Amino acid sequence: METTFMAINMGPQHPATHGVLRLLLELDGETIVKATPHIGYLHRGVEKLAETKTYHQALVFTDRLDYTNGLSNNLAYCLAVEKLADVEVPRRAQYIRVVLCELQRIAAHLLWLGTHALDIGAMTVLFYAFREREKVLDIIEYITGARLTPSFIRIGGVARDIDSNFVKKVKEFVKEFPSRVDEYETLLTENIIWKKRTVGVGAISKEEAISYGVTGPVLRACGVYYDVRKAHPYSSYEDFDFVVPLGKNGDVYDRYLVRMQELRQSNRIISQAIEGIPEGPYKSNDPRVVLPEKDDVQTDIASLIRQFKIATGGFRPEKAEVYASVEAPKGELGFYIVSDGSEKPFRFRIRPPSFLNLSALPRMIEGQLVADVIATIGSIDIVLGEIDR
Amino acid sequence: METLYFLIEVLIKNVVVIAVLMFFAAYLTLIERKVLARIQIRYGPNRAGPFGILQPIADGIKSFFKEEIIPENADKPLYVIAPMIVITAAISMAAVIPFGDKLVLFGREIKLVIADVDVGLLYLFAMASLGEYGVVLGGWSSGNKYGVLGSLRAAAQMISYEVSLGLAIIGVLILSGSMNLREIVNAQKEMWFIVYQPFAFILYMICAFAELNRAPFDMPEAESELACGFNIEYSSMKFALFFFAEYTHMLAVAALATTLFLGGWHGPYLPGTLWFLIKVFLIVFVFIWVRATYPRLRYDQIMKLGWKVLFPLTILNLIVTAFFVTVR
Repeated sequence: METTFMAINMGPQHPATHGVLRLLLELDGETIVKATPHIGYLHRGVEKLAETKTYHQALVFTDRLDYTNGLSNNLAYCLAVEKLADVEVPRRAQYIRVVLCELQRIAAHLLWLGTHALDIGAMTVLFYAFREREKVLDIIEYITGARLTPSFIRIGGVARDIDSNFVKKVKEFVKEFPSRVDEYETLLTENIIWKKRTVGVGAISKEEAISYGVTGPVLRACGVYYDVRKAHPYSSYEDFDFVVPLGKNGDVYDRYLVRMQELRQSNRIISQAIEGIPEGPYKSNDPRVVLPEKDDVQTDIASLIRQFKIATGGFRPEKAEVYASVEAPKGELGFYIVSDGSEKPFRFRIRPPSFLNLSALPRMIEGQLVADVIATIGSIDIVLGEIDR
Repeated sequence: METLYFLIEVLIKNVVVIAVLMFFAAYLTLIERKVLARIQIRYGPNRAGPFGILQPIADGIKSFFKEEIIPENADKPLYVIAPMIVITAAISMAAVIPFGDKLVLFGREIKLVIADVDVGLLYLFAMASLGEYGVVLGGWSSGNKYGVLGSLRAAAQMISYEVSLGLAIIGVLILSGSMNLREIVNAQKEMWFIVYQPFAFILYMICAFAELNRAPFDMPEAESELACGFNIEYSSMKFALFFFAEYTHMLAVAALATTLFLGGWHGPYLPGTLWFLIKVFLIVFVFIWVRATYPRLRYDQIMKLGWKVLFPLTILNLIVTAFFVTVR
């Protein structure tokens, strides 16, 4: 007898595909025979658009890639441009960047935790996780003025200096947060149903994960020691003492454990960075690239001219190509920029971690059940904003 | 003349029970939302009336005025009948559940149960199974693949768990020697059956979650997987009926647990009916609590749990009970 499979369209409007991912599933009963991800529903042409803007203007596009993670995106882009223009960033700015990016990582991981648990049916975790995410976003809003799209990290430094109130808020949060992580873990880590749903589900081997270009917690859950913060330290990450948590089996449960550990490690990094913030300028004073202080612009003719030049015409880096990457919450986020010597990038290419992680999804869920698809999508933590760009 | 009085009595009991049941089912939605909200550090509905007490009414009115959509490739008669089956079955379950002892009114002795049937328990199980037909038909007839998957799951789950559920309570039958629910309650006058049958009570509760399609066994709906499952295409009052039936069913299952294990209306000081309601709502609270705490099991794991764990355990419980009753 001939077997025909049921084709089912999961998404783009489906509560568990985290945005507008469409999965074309071929089902034998409830077993997945074949899964084909279809993407592009959120395509905004960021890469092409950026080629028509100056380097300063293109910054705001980066917030909107992985919209749970605006600050790390800013940082990756700024690192690339700083490499291109050969700008030295003051250490104070580097430390501020680290504090903010790690706060953002906590916020992004909490969003993942809540939605992932909700997908598997544990609804209460979502609200607990969002309670802390709210606090992180409040801190980020306090200093950057925005919750989702801060555009706070600028080429050559950050947009403005931090104040004592910010330091106080961060310290309070850092002190309280580990006990909150314990709270989430009581609900899930040893929960028998949670383990039944996640252990051995959506597993991928070390070699395959590497060959698919998977990065971030998904790769580390397979036991591969690769973290951009350790492998190619940027923004003074070499100053901080933290552990890169590793998994063993590369399944949904190990990804969960790795991310829960990362929450604690990020917390450690923040507390070290906020204690040790050095004095000094919060942005570089490179006259080609960095905008002058607002006060100077209003009082000093040279600064006024500099402001006008940069704001209207941008700057012209040398002819070169650069690649800079950061460890974003979802994996290695890289920016590859080719400059032809004009004020606009000739080619602007983004390496989004979610895109490469998603490419391994069909391999992970083949032969598993529909319910596992949901668990696996949640565990690789995709954001369609950066997949479609 | 006696027949006439009897008819009037039954009619009044019917009206009162259905009205009260509907009231509680409607307010159960509010209770569930409030309790869930409190567990999840939220407020829950608090806009419609003080503490949101008008929320169920607002929801009801909204459902009435929503557009009724019947999908083009739906099997129309079945699609319309399915929610009716579900709600009818759920309400009929209340008919045999005794909610109090006796009441003497105008010189007549009134038993506080609509139908004092000798095989009440059997009737209850028949009705519970009948309700599942509505779920299965509803998902299948709506012509949606997610609906079909939900229905298949519902059918499989129903078959697996009804068996264990039935076997779990046979211990109680052995102890009481009757299938009449009033007599089962009366047999617990000295001591509740939960003391003799704690194991059966736990098994009953686990099966009840599956029977009710509630978390952690809410497979047929599983909103994150099947985007609502069997009722995905339903809108307006048809959807509300499914929703309503779910809560009525929940009350019925809790009432049955009270009757079989917690001594029904027996209790000191307070009137019997009040005791009965307190016990029912305690069990309902457990249902809500579990929903807030646990993730959802996977479909195949539920089946495994049903057949490989619960089924042998219920049989074991049955054998042990039978052995002790015989020895005694």
